[in-house]
Amino acid sequence: MALSAVLNRTVMAVATLLGVAIIVFVLIRVVPGDPIAMMIGPGASASDVIALRAHYGLDGSVSSQFLVWFKSALVGDFGISITMRRDVLTILGEHLPATIELAGLALLVAILIGGTVAVVGTLTRGRRSGAIVDAVNGIFLALPDFIWALIFVLLLGVAVPLLPLTGRIDPSVQIEFGTRFFLAESLLTGRFKVASDILAHMAMPTMALALPLAAVIGRVLKQALTEAMVQDYVLLARIKGMSELRLILGEALRNAVGPTLALTGVQATFLIGGTVVVERIFAYPGIGNLAIDAVINRDFPLIQGLVLLFGLIFILINVLVDLAVVALNPRLRYG
Amino acid sequence: MAEAAAALADDVRGATVSIARRLLRDRKVTIAGGFILFLVILAIFSPLIAPMDPLMQDLSNAELPPVGFTDAAPGFWLGTDDLGRDILSRLIYGARIALTVAFVAATLAATLGTVLGLIAGWYGRWVDAVVSRLVDVWMAFPAVLLSILLVAILGSGLYSVIAAIVVIDWTRFCRVVRAETMAQARMDYVTAARAIGFRRGAILAKEILPNVMPVLVALLTLEMGIAVIVEAILSFVGLSVSSDTPTWGGMIAQGRQIAHEAWWVLAAPLAMLCATVIAFNQLGDGLTRALDPVLRR
Repeated sequence: MALSAVLNRTVMAVATLLGVAIIVFVLIRVVPGDPIAMMIGPGASASDVIALRAHYGLDGSVSSQFLVWFKSALVGDFGISITMRRDVLTILGEHLPATIELAGLALLVAILIGGTVAVVGTLTRGRRSGAIVDAVNGIFLALPDFIWALIFVLLLGVAVPLLPLTGRIDPSVQIEFGTRFFLAESLLTGRFKVASDILAHMAMPTMALALPLAAVIGRVLKQALTEAMVQDYVLLARIKGMSELRLILGEALRNAVGPTLALTGVQATFLIGGTVVVERIFAYPGIGNLAIDAVINRDFPLIQGLVLLFGLIFILINVLVDLAVVALNPRLRYG
Repeated sequence: MAEAAAALADDVRGATVSIARRLLRDRKVTIAGGFILFLVILAIFSPLIAPMDPLMQDLSNAELPPVGFTDAAPGFWLGTDDLGRDILSRLIYGARIALTVAFVAATLAATLGTVLGLIAGWYGRWVDAVVSRLVDVWMAFPAVLLSILLVAILGSGLYSVIAAIVVIDWTRFCRVVRAETMAQARMDYVTAARAIGFRRGAILAKEILPNVMPVLVALLTLEMGIAVIVEAILSFVGLSVSSDTPTWGGMIAQGRQIAHEAWWVLAAPLAMLCATVIAFNQLGDGLTRALDPVLRR
């Protein structure tokens, strides 16, 4: 996959995003369930209803509504949330940093755990302990983030209540943040007590998201490492007397990372999808939790904004993975 | 010719027997298969097996812990929820929705995906381009969000949940079947069938489909596990069947609310969900292992 191919895929992805936006826009409007009827009291007059419809851009045909929405969206105006009665873009901006920090941390943890599992699995390959590592990894592969989240609720929230069960930060913490990136900001400004409180809140959702991804990384990377370990350059290094661990970390890993990244990059997008339900379980104030509320309340402008935002994140992750694969494999750089 | 056909039939029978033997010898498969069979029996005969009415509320017996813990009441083996309903009975009835969704949704998704995959893999060119592009578009979106969106659009209920799973997960089958069909289409037996003068539809249905079947069966089993999870997630969010019908996901949502006071309300359905998902997964893996050598032979 050369750079031109990456560019090509990105263009296709943007076209896809536009298609998804149109489909969602039409679908949520043709089905029964009127958001205006839900927000308005029984005493409202017919003219009030009409005025409200106009206010939220819900009058006119679906196609004309879409044109209006699309024109405003191009200049960054995504309308006003019906349930929160505030600007959609502002709401998204308030919730996105929480999800970015959660997903970023989960990705980091998944790489660390998955990498360790792969290295240990490669060291113990062919032995009984290696079979146990594989079997345990298999269980982790089978169970999704939803189940892990609830297991953690029971174990670390209820049985041994070590960690806070809900939210992003303790309500008693009275600190003004300059940004919405609470964790990054408190770490950078040296407020480690606050940071540790935030980390305690993030620990369970992070682990729930990280474990299934770690299992995938562990399996794919171990496969790639095992294949690399029988290559000539590893044999040469072995003859030179390198230890098995140094062989794996110093020689095999460099060549195994590329294929692993290509195979697991897509899995990283599942992480974003997983935040939806995991954030719900831990009442974590990110865009996933927001999305469920928006759908249940039929908040059209907010749903529309969220769909676009999720789509954009997916495209971004895919492009980044593609670029990283190209960067890691010199043979792909020209072609 | 007749002899050859008889010999072939013998071979097929022999292969089937050897697959069955290999499956029965695989302890993971027998345990997983046994558990799913047990669930099927629970689901079919729930009125006979369940000790109590799963909907009967009794606030004087609310939040009783499972038998063996202090304050437990006899008869409520796994305790009661905050409305005093018997957890064990609700768990048993919950198997009905879980298995209905697993079997129906997975089978329909497999059917849709297989038909499109066969067509795309066989006809190639623009047909393949259209189907493949559709799969890419579909997979580019977070499945959980898409299913919640779909059910919100269709209205909650069992049919919507099944429809959402089918609409989202047909891509898994389509991708694999398409690739497998392309590989099979290049094989000599397909060329032979063409030379004899078989029609395209007949070749697809009678020659290629049976050869794609092993992959399909394994994938179908794995999909059943996924369907159980999706139903639980939708129940958890409150978008599956009405709260009058006991579901594991609904019980989990309820248990999450009162996890601090009554952990068993969450633990019981969660354990059931875990066991079911792992069982479908192990069965799928076992089928893949058992059927693979046949494919390569």
